[in-house]
Amino acid sequence: MTTLTTPQPDLLRAAHYPSTGNYLTHRKGPLSWLITLDHKRIGIMYMIGVCFALFLGGLFALLLRTELINPTPTFMSDANASFNFYNHMFTLHGAVMVFMFIIPAVPAILGNFALPIMLGAKDVAFPRLNLLSFYLYALGGLFFVWVLLAGVLNAAFDWSLAGGLDTGWTFYTPFSTGESTKSAVIPATMGAFILGFSSILTGVNFVVSIHTLRPKGMTWFRMPLFLWALYGTSIIQILATPVLGITLLLLIAERSLGVGIFDPALGGDPVLYQHFFWFYSHPAVYIMILPAMGIMSELISVFSRKHIFGYKFIANSSIAIALLGFLVWGHHMFVSGQSSLASAAFSLLTFAVAIPSAIKVFNWLATMYKGNIQLKTPMIYAMFFVLLFTVGGLTGLFLGALAVNVPVHDTYFVVAHFHYVMVGSMMMAFLGGMYYWWPKMFGRMYSEKWSIISSIVVFIGFNMTFFIQFIAGTQGMPRRYASYPDNYTTYHQVSTVGAYVLGVGMFMVLGNWIHSLRKGRRAPANPWGANTLEWHCSSPPPLENFARTPVADDPYNFKHWHWDETIGGYIHDGKIDPPRKGSGH
Amino acid sequence: MTLLVAQSEPSLWMPSASSTVAGEVDSLFYFILWICVVMFLLILALMILFIAKYRQRPGYTPVRSPSHSTALELTWTVIPTIVVMVIFYAGFKGYLNMATPPPNAYEIQVYATKWSWEFTYPTGYPSTNELRVPLNRPVRLVMQSGDVIHSLYIPAFRVKKDCVPGRFNHMWFQATELGEFDLYCAEYCGQNHSTMLAKVIVQEPTVFSKWLEDAGDVLKGKTPVEAGKYLYNARKCSDCHSLDGRKLAGPSFKGLFGSSHPLRDGTSVTVDENYIRDSILYPAKQVVAGYDNVMPSFQGRLKDDEIAAIIAFIKSLNE
Repeated sequence: MTTLTTPQPDLLRAAHYPSTGNYLTHRKGPLSWLITLDHKRIGIMYMIGVCFALFLGGLFALLLRTELINPTPTFMSDANASFNFYNHMFTLHGAVMVFMFIIPAVPAILGNFALPIMLGAKDVAFPRLNLLSFYLYALGGLFFVWVLLAGVLNAAFDWSLAGGLDTGWTFYTPFSTGESTKSAVIPATMGAFILGFSSILTGVNFVVSIHTLRPKGMTWFRMPLFLWALYGTSIIQILATPVLGITLLLLIAERSLGVGIFDPALGGDPVLYQHFFWFYSHPAVYIMILPAMGIMSELISVFSRKHIFGYKFIANSSIAIALLGFLVWGHHMFVSGQSSLASAAFSLLTFAVAIPSAIKVFNWLATMYKGNIQLKTPMIYAMFFVLLFTVGGLTGLFLGALAVNVPVHDTYFVVAHFHYVMVGSMMMAFLGGMYYWWPKMFGRMYSEKWSIISSIVVFIGFNMTFFIQFIAGTQGMPRRYASYPDNYTTYHQVSTVGAYVLGVGMFMVLGNWIHSLRKGRRAPANPWGANTLEWHCSSPPPLENFARTPVADDPYNFKHWHWDETIGGYIHDGKIDPPRKGSGH
Repeated sequence: MTLLVAQSEPSLWMPSASSTVAGEVDSLFYFILWICVVMFLLILALMILFIAKYRQRPGYTPVRSPSHSTALELTWTVIPTIVVMVIFYAGFKGYLNMATPPPNAYEIQVYATKWSWEFTYPTGYPSTNELRVPLNRPVRLVMQSGDVIHSLYIPAFRVKKDCVPGRFNHMWFQATELGEFDLYCAEYCGQNHSTMLAKVIVQEPTVFSKWLEDAGDVLKGKTPVEAGKYLYNARKCSDCHSLDGRKLAGPSFKGLFGSSHPLRDGTSVTVDENYIRDSILYPAKQVVAGYDNVMPSFQGRLKDDEIAAIIAFIKSLNE
């Protein structure tokens, strides 16, 4: 087994822009990581943080699903303690998953790693700002860890630290500002506030990088679609996240200083909070899903060995989603008492935003038509994504339709719908993307067999957990219930068993990755024959990515890459097609 | 395909459809469900077909195909747009019906607090966690909250509306079936959110009127202890105060009268008539150590002679 420091000469030659460096080993010691300005190392540090958040959030999910395995309290005999435990679990599950996993996962890990190399650049536009983003993420994360730890200590030793969180991740007023919760609302909102800044700074960095660092040959409409998606995402991060920041500061002001903004007892309006909150948090849904769609466009084109179908429609639909996503927040409030006219406008706009998503799905399918499809692990995840996103998107039609929304609002139907989008779609894309860029990140291949087996376990576990929740929801099961009437027992039990299967699948994925790091065979520069620029440099890339500035080709033109059995990857024939005149790409 | 059509009996997807709007909601639900099933199967079939036909394998050589077709892309932009506009229109129409009560609606006041529902009828009679309504008559609920946001949800009627503190919200329904139906709180409201449940009882109008008349005067024909016991159950004191010494959200009533308790502020109190009256009307004033300040005030919701009856009942538990 060769070590990471001495690449085999033939693997090196296989890179279109060969280089001898390796960003993982060019400097050693913890400090060389902690103060690094290298976008790839920052991406890896994010990966560790985000995967830890995923582990914590997943653990909370398993605990709350276990609590729901029967209608009566499961872990504790005392009903009050049991309800409190459940309420803290579902709140922390939501808050940790949303703020620390789903929002940062794709942009901060895969975006940070791949975006500069896709641009043929040495790094992002502002490397120091990038490191600051990471430390803000870590600091925000510490606030949540504190909330959790203090909550556990309170429960274990009967202390009364400001700990635990039982408001729901939405922090709805006046529950979160009043005396009704003794939990750590201020530390948790401070944590979310700081994580918001991390998100804003990453967005700024990406927008500036895409505007200023594109190489020769990469016009806007010859940019990889993953970058279009990250561009749309960054715009939302920059424009929407400050609103969350302001809202959370107002919440803190109300709770600590008694300023009446949201609490009617102080002269405020609780529904105003919902408007502010969803003005960020609905666009945030697109912060979560747009990068995932970007990954899909890359994977489906590469593994169909065919140019992506309808490039411009996909690129424009990313921007359309980013902009329309700002105008639909009121669809979370159809039963709050907002005017029928407002509800009608929000419903109409909600249906409008469904169209660009549908266009993407049809374009992906058309890309597969007459392709040369390779069912490798990333492509398997891409197929799962398309199916689950279709279910997640179509069930949005029920929720957008006003009359149907009324009975299913705040039931398990909504829970199932957004998990199909957040987990079924976004997490499948994240895993697919991780498997896709893994050889580039670590210079190692993984066991194809075990990655496919684990992906199937994840897929089955996911569907078992969440599909039945659609039915529980239409049957009337409200969300955030620690106990429930007997007639919902079967739905909950199936769902809980599904969650265990999903948990096992996720650990299989983790085991597969660790095995790859230790024992995986050395990766060639381009194992997939992809034509975005990160596959033109060696695996793993050197510190500044390219020894000489590369020239960009059409990112979905695969004809210059030829399979080479000896290195187990594709080799470039050295030709670059000139841009076609008048076509714009 | 009985799984995919609207019916008033409970089905795989829906509980019984027992109000006038339920049928319309369900029809739209199944219409969308059909669209979803067809679209999903179409996408699944195409995916499987393409994978089977265009999979990389020995002997298969792909032929070039275009990577762009404006006509095709406009087709799959325009058709979904038309479909979703139809759904939007149907949804909006149904929503307007749900928002517009008929003029002759019977009005009931709803007051939600952590964690119970109080329904007050036009006669002034309040009932807790039990909403009785006449069959085939429009009922309009005027809804308030005394603390945080709650949401009144009756699955069988397909209706839901938030109870928001500091403002009135309204909803209406017309029950079309006799019987008992579940009523849930659908907006998370803290510790006992999941037990903030009530029953809707639909009765023949004559039976309903008779019940309301009898229920109006709880003290009539009862001794104070009997009336207090009745109120203890009817107003759901029982949710938080046991009679057998068990610790629930509040102290047990067993042996309560005359006993002495440490308070949260470090002082202590002996339970007498005044303390009980104060605890009912101003529950936050003197909270017993070891308990949270969660009891809602009953100011304006219990009459003086009703409070006296509850005190008599608590006293009787010492005998």
